[in-house]
Amino acid sequence: MTIGDMVQILHAKVLCGEDKLDKPVSTACCSDLMSDVLAFVNEKTVLITGLSNPQVIRTADMLDLKCLVFARGKTPTDDMLTQADEQGLAVICTRETAFTACGLLFSAGLRGVPIEWQKEGE
Amino acid sequence: MGAFIHAEYPVDSRDYTRAGEASADIKRKLKQLGVSSMVLRRVAVATYEVELNLVIHSMGGKLILDVDEKGVSLTSVDVGPGIPNIEMAMREGYSTADDEARAMGFGAGMGLPNMKRNADDFEIESEPGKGTRICMRFSLV
Repeated sequence: MTIGDMVQILHAKVLCGEDKLDKPVSTACCSDLMSDVLAFVNEKTVLITGLSNPQVIRTADMLDLKCLVFARGKTPTDDMLTQADEQGLAVICTRETAFTACGLLFSAGLRGVPIEWQKEGE
Repeated sequence: MGAFIHAEYPVDSRDYTRAGEASADIKRKLKQLGVSSMVLRRVAVATYEVELNLVIHSMGGKLILDVDEKGVSLTSVDVGPGIPNIEMAMREGYSTADDEARAMGFGAGMGLPNMKRNADDFEIESEPGKGTRICMRFSLV
């Protein structure tokens, strides 16, 4: 799947990174909790979120995420998009809820980021 | 051989708009030095977590970056309020963050454990009323 395919599946609007639509994506995660994203995401992936604030863009920068999907029509500010553009991050926005967006992408073959299960007591 | 980089970044309390700027600059500097993407990612995550902790919890502080041929050293020092119980603070899920921090997507009690997980060496010392000092090292060899 490419970012462009995601745009079609989610009937999404491309807010930044038009030149990255042909980039492949194979995994995704969905969270509004950036603490969690920072703790368990181990690869360059896609983040689907309903949270729209500058720290989402910053988290994406730290983790080298490939694409941000804002669900339920959340729109980032121009400043956030400028920052995303500087980072080379693709940002798209869908009217679907985060749950539905995840379901549509999963049905189309996208999978969750692999996580390391911690042993009990660790 | 002398240090390759020494830089200091003041971090203001409660400044959520600028939170992460120091981490972004540190990541850029290390990338320019040619630090591998695996290490870069671990440094970036740990740095961002500690910077966020300064913004969310401290009364202000600074990040100190030192890079030499052996590794990256990142120290966070603040002017208070200090952590009364470090053992509790190191537990995943334990957080004293307020609603403002949570509204930004933080305060899940993952910060300190996540720093420890990402750093090769992690030290924390704190004195209530004085402040907290966190030192993390990442090996480049």
